[in-house]
Amino acid sequence: MRFDADILIAGGGLNGPALALALAQGGFSVLIADPTPEAVLEADGFDGRGYALALASQKLLAAIGIWPEVSEASQPILEIKVTDGRPGEGPSPFLLHFDHAELEEGPMGYMLEDRFLRRALLAAVRGTPSIRRIESPVVDHAPDAAGVTVTLGNGETPRVRLIVGADGRASEVAQQAGLKRQGADYHQTALVCAVEHERPHNGIAHQFFMPSGPLAILPLPGNRCSIVWSETTEEAARIHALPDAGYLAELRPRFGNFLGEINLAGPRFTYPLLLTLAEAFIAPRLALLGDAAHGVHPIAGQGLNLGLRDVGALAEVLTDARRRGEDMGSEAVLLRYQQWRRFDTASLAMATDAFNRLFSNDNPLLRLGRDLGMGAVNAIPALRRSFMREAAGLTGDLPRLMKGQRL
Amino acid sequence: MQAAQTTVDPTEVAKFEAMAAEWWDVNGKFKPLHMLNPCRLDYITSQIALEFDRDLTGPEPFKGLRLLDIGCGGGLLSEPMARLGAEVVGADAAAGNIPVAQVHAKQQGLEIDYRNVTAEALAEAGEQFDVVLNMEVVEHVADPQAYIDACAALLKPGGLMICSTINRNPKSFMMAIVGAEHVMRWLPKGTHDWNKFITPDELYGLIETAGLLPVDRKGFVFNPISWSWSISDRDLSVNYVTASTKP
Repeated sequence: MRFDADILIAGGGLNGPALALALAQGGFSVLIADPTPEAVLEADGFDGRGYALALASQKLLAAIGIWPEVSEASQPILEIKVTDGRPGEGPSPFLLHFDHAELEEGPMGYMLEDRFLRRALLAAVRGTPSIRRIESPVVDHAPDAAGVTVTLGNGETPRVRLIVGADGRASEVAQQAGLKRQGADYHQTALVCAVEHERPHNGIAHQFFMPSGPLAILPLPGNRCSIVWSETTEEAARIHALPDAGYLAELRPRFGNFLGEINLAGPRFTYPLLLTLAEAFIAPRLALLGDAAHGVHPIAGQGLNLGLRDVGALAEVLTDARRRGEDMGSEAVLLRYQQWRRFDTASLAMATDAFNRLFSNDNPLLRLGRDLGMGAVNAIPALRRSFMREAAGLTGDLPRLMKGQRL
Repeated sequence: MQAAQTTVDPTEVAKFEAMAAEWWDVNGKFKPLHMLNPCRLDYITSQIALEFDRDLTGPEPFKGLRLLDIGCGGGLLSEPMARLGAEVVGADAAAGNIPVAQVHAKQQGLEIDYRNVTAEALAEAGEQFDVVLNMEVVEHVADPQAYIDACAALLKPGGLMICSTINRNPKSFMMAIVGAEHVMRWLPKGTHDWNKFITPDELYGLIETAGLLPVDRKGFVFNPISWSWSISDRDLSVNYVTASTKP
């Protein structure tokens, strides 16, 4: 019985390569199948997207050797300020303030632009002999007692022990396995862009809760910030259709003038906000991770952080199984991954959902309640620290890679 | 090794495959064994790696080691050992288990020499092993000392025996007989006879009388909150495991 590699990963975005690097460290041979040409992944243009990496995610990137390649391009998040505000009214007097000085581990997280992370992952994949990237999609996979035969778009049929679906919220491999998804449509769309501003941001991230949805201002290196601005889908479509000057005219009263004059620093994007959860994270000889398993509201920047947590958990479960001599694609092994991740994901999705519904509401009673609640959290240092540790991803049953340990 | 695999009657293969699927169903009738298995494997692999100076992070770390799995059943321990590179003989006194284990190993592409034979008969035939796995067997045999003597005879000098069993005390009666057989129905009633359970000191006595040197003992502890097993340095009150070497 011939095996071409131990594991095939469908999807070469961010989670796929991160998992491949972690698995290579665990002694596995890995194939990555993705139709996106490498030249597209390497394109230098700044597309305005950035990630708020929780501290635990940064530790994972360090453990798989990526962090040294991107740290210079990252911006530490030193403080987070959360404010309940309405456009034109100025911020409410109650705000949550998280300062990294209260967290012994260092900064609360890091902002990193998509282009730097993507390129560093691709370079590391190229430099790892036990990983091979195939520029082709997975069109089918057929599991059996000992392995799974994968059919690629280019006609190759590699045989492996396990296939991993890291192919996004429209995961083809999940559909091939007959896994359904459940979800909620928020009827909200995120407007995403980068802005330049006059005054330094001092590493402070802001989250303003507006009646229509949250506005996040996340510090990038230099006098630049990444904006994630949620509106109802109709309103977002209207704003997105405006020319740059009209777009900025909508953004300025929401943003405020605390950083001085602002201007666009790259193209603009829109992302509809959907919460989706696969009915199971595993199927015979298949494991799902990242958006293929769960797409969460990007309100707290948790999408990539959750995905990297999946990476850390799956790499650990598989590496431990290999060292025990277990069949890495067996149900016994895959169930351990699902039990570890599914509860975490469902609880975060529910909390994010409730958080967003509470803060996107203009009901005066709710508004008073949350102002008082935010004031209370601010007044109690222990509660504030526990919020911060949660935001930094330092709570829960952490994979070894996220504690900065090797596999 | 090939010879052993060809002894399966081809007309019976489908039946044996169905039985193998049952053995390997994590939610089936061997669920308790599947739940305990990662913990057992962690102990076995770390003790072998320690004794024979092997690196578990590398490929096929047990290459060159000849290993006997007594009471192999469907092969829940034999298969992982073969995957780690060991040359494995799986022995079971129940003839029905042998073809079941054989068809599953073949599906997995593993070469394992499964035999319907007892430890005593293997010892008489002069077979020799680097490692003898003696897991959850000693509490079922008629003469534990004669059985451990046979296991000791099967070891090469410098060889390692891993032996697990169940302690004898009121707690083990509640957990292993009342809990596992009557309340949870994890095991058929009558699987275990509490009077045949063995305390760690009694087992050490049997091992030393057989001429082996006990080097380690640990508990396997079930946590009903996390619903999983873990290895304990101190709690040997119900399930426990020992490692001993042949001087």
